Amino acid sequence: MNKPLSPDEKQEALWQGVLSPKDPQGNPLPFQSPQAEQAYKERVLRFKQAIQMKELPDRVPVTIFPSMYPWTSSGMTVQEAMYDYDRCAAAFKKFVLDLEPDMQWGAAAPGPGKFFEILDYKLYSWPGHGVAPEHSYQCNEGEYMQADEYDALIQDPSGFFINVYLPRVFGALGGFQMLPFFPGILEMYGVAFNFIPFALPPVQNTFQALFEAGAEALKWAGVIGSVDAELATMGFPTVLGGFTKAPFDVIGDTLRGTRGVMLDIYRRPDKLLKAMEALTPLMIKMGVGAAQATGKPVIFVPLHKGADGFLSDEQFKKFYWPTLKEVILGLIEGGCVPLPAAEGYWNTRLQVIQDIPRGKTLWMIDQSDMIEVKKTLGRNACLLGNVPSSLLELGTPQEVTDYVKNLIDTVGRDGGLIICNGAFFDRARPENVKAVVETAKQYGVYR
Amino acid sequence: MSDQLVNAIADMREEEALSLVQEMVESGVDPTVILEAAREAMSIVGQRYEQGTYFLPELIMAGEILRQITETIKPQLAKAPELKRYGKVVIGTVAGDIHDIGKNIVTFMLDANGFEVLDLGVDVPPQKFVQAIQDARPQVVGLSGFLTLAFDAMKETIEAIQAAGLRDAVKIMIGGGQVNESIKEYTGADAYGRDAVAGVSLAKKWLGVQ
Ligand code: B12
Repeated sequence: MNKPLSPDEKQEALWQGVLSPKDPQGNPLPFQSPQAEQAYKERVLRFKQAIQMKELPDRVPVTIFPSMYPWTSSGMTVQEAMYDYDRCAAAFKKFVLDLEPDMQWGAAAPGPGKFFEILDYKLYSWPGHGVAPEHSYQCNEGEYMQADEYDALIQDPSGFFINVYLPRVFGALGGFQMLPFFPGILEMYGVAFNFIPFALPPVQNTFQALFEAGAEALKWAGVIGSVDAELATMGFPTVLGGFTKAPFDVIGDTLRGTRGVMLDIYRRPDKLLKAMEALTPLMIKMGVGAAQATGKPVIFVPLHKGADGFLSDEQFKKFYWPTLKEVILGLIEGGCVPLPAAEGYWNTRLQVIQDIPRGKTLWMIDQSDMIEVKKTLGRNACLLGNVPSSLLELGTPQEVTDYVKNLIDTVGRDGGLIICNGAFFDRARPENVKAVVETAKQYGVYR
Repeated sequence: MSDQLVNAIADMREEEALSLVQEMVESGVDPTVILEAAREAMSIVGQRYEQGTYFLPELIMAGEILRQITETIKPQLAKAPELKRYGKVVIGTVAGDIHDIGKNIVTFMLDANGFEVLDLGVDVPPQKFVQAIQDARPQVVGLSGFLTLAFDAMKETIEAIQAAGLRDAVKIMIGGGQVNESIKEYTGADAYGRDAVAGVSLAKKWLGVQ
């Protein structure tokens, strides 16, 4: 029997996979030119070296990780980007080719509008469905899990999602409420009873909708996936393998909403803690599984309700950090590179979150004080950021250049820095975005 | 008992606060006294938030306790007591944006500091702000927004207020995660508030409150 791979070996296998890109059938993708191949490999290596903090890359890597900017800047509405997959893909390709960043993050942000329609998604409103064409989709935060449903979630998180949560947020998935309890399917005797629901119209209608939705998702993924492949052959890699979340945010964003989770801190703290513990292995599995499925090591973890201002230090240390740290460590164990995005300000959390293994994570920093971040978290983790959205939209290219130079001078001289925007922006002056990339390339040279 | 109630609310002892209110109602205490105690507690909560000992859970919890108390005493309240208010603020999250956690804190703090606040909610179109200004005649307007798309929505809202001939009737403050002084210039607002405490100071300054 083979010895199981160590976490470092698992990560290395993923990086090696990125270095030799394949098409969906698993065949090697031919590069368009030897120059493209060389540029591709240099870009991946530059990123990897910055993240691992063992040796300095040739220069500071640079990337742009936007929200709807690639589409708004090409004159499309968000609605068009969500419904016209080909135009969505073409605009994204142009965005990458215009900027030539070291890393791209894929064209998945708008998502497939038609798919959301088929499933009657209620958690979000989107252009044409409660939102104007030029605006981005909007979350309808609510209590999708009631306060008295904690035990059901704790006992069987997956079952709760299938039977209770999904039917609440997808109008077309009502039939899921009637699905059998799968761990009860054990022996020959009585097994057939479990399958009766599949004969009933609500379940059959739900499956019909699922077939349609699946086909639509596949169609969309084929189009945006082919841009990734094409960009790779032109020398532009992506390392984004998937995403997962902090257990506190799963409850606070998705299940109970902000109001619900904040009240639970006072009214049912033990249940909240137990629920987060139950979700932790699932969130690890989600990230590691995605990395394995896509063959890409970086797992995005957007951090919401742990930012400055949400919780007190004590509450942060008790409710937010322990399970997030467990997720981060679990992802590392599984060979992933976690990419937590410290959205907003995290200045008061730095002492706590710096307690992670060195060179294993990549942190997106939005508006936190970079000098302080470098002295704490930045000793152990590569930082990605933090050019402000307001500067990108309203500043001048010269101001952007000055900002990037200052970042490199103050926190980038000894590596562990990737220049990037700090927040997921929808609008900006193209010349400012260009200035981010150009400045890092010219000014960020190490050797 | 009224002091005890103030402390129970301010210290987040929900059950104790609610049973105290129940007792007070049953023993015939004037409901306006109860409401007064609740108000006092809210202003303590606001102060603790300003000092950085209280955060979002406490603001939301306090709001929730207050809501339950008001419900309990409503039948006893012949009419809502006239509160002395410094002035009126109309607030909302601008069109295209649904982030409301920050805006809700600003609303809470303005209210706790003696302002009447009309909260228009999220994704509020410019015309709705104009309408609310015409109807409610506030002295101050607060615009909240987080997305880069919201910078334009703020600008459009202020232009709409201008076009309706109401610009000189109100002071406009803006805020929200990614907003800063440069956005103030861009949108034509009167001031930018870094946090809810700054929002309260601005409103006080404009209304000449000490
Ligand atoms: C929570 C959150 C959400 C929640 C919103 C829930 C809700 N009910 O509000 C959810 C998960 C739904 C969400 C969704 C999205 N979000 Co969001 N979200 C956040 C997050 C993490 C926190 C915002 C917050 O509530 N902060 C806490 C409060 C207390 O602080 P605050 O908002 O800054 O408010 C204080 C001050 O700013 C001030 N203030 C606020 N308003 C006002 C008004 C006045 C008049 C004054 C004086 C002061 C003032 O006082 C407050 C108290 O002190 C931020 C990142 C961050 N940490 O800031 C991103 C963030 C705002 N989101 C962002 C994005 C991109 C999105 C999405 C588009 C993501 C997506 N692709 O789905 C969607 C779009 C939603 C939409 N169309 O509006 C970006 C915006 C990027 C940009 N501008 O460049 C941010 C900055 C994240 C990031 N780093 O990229 N989000």
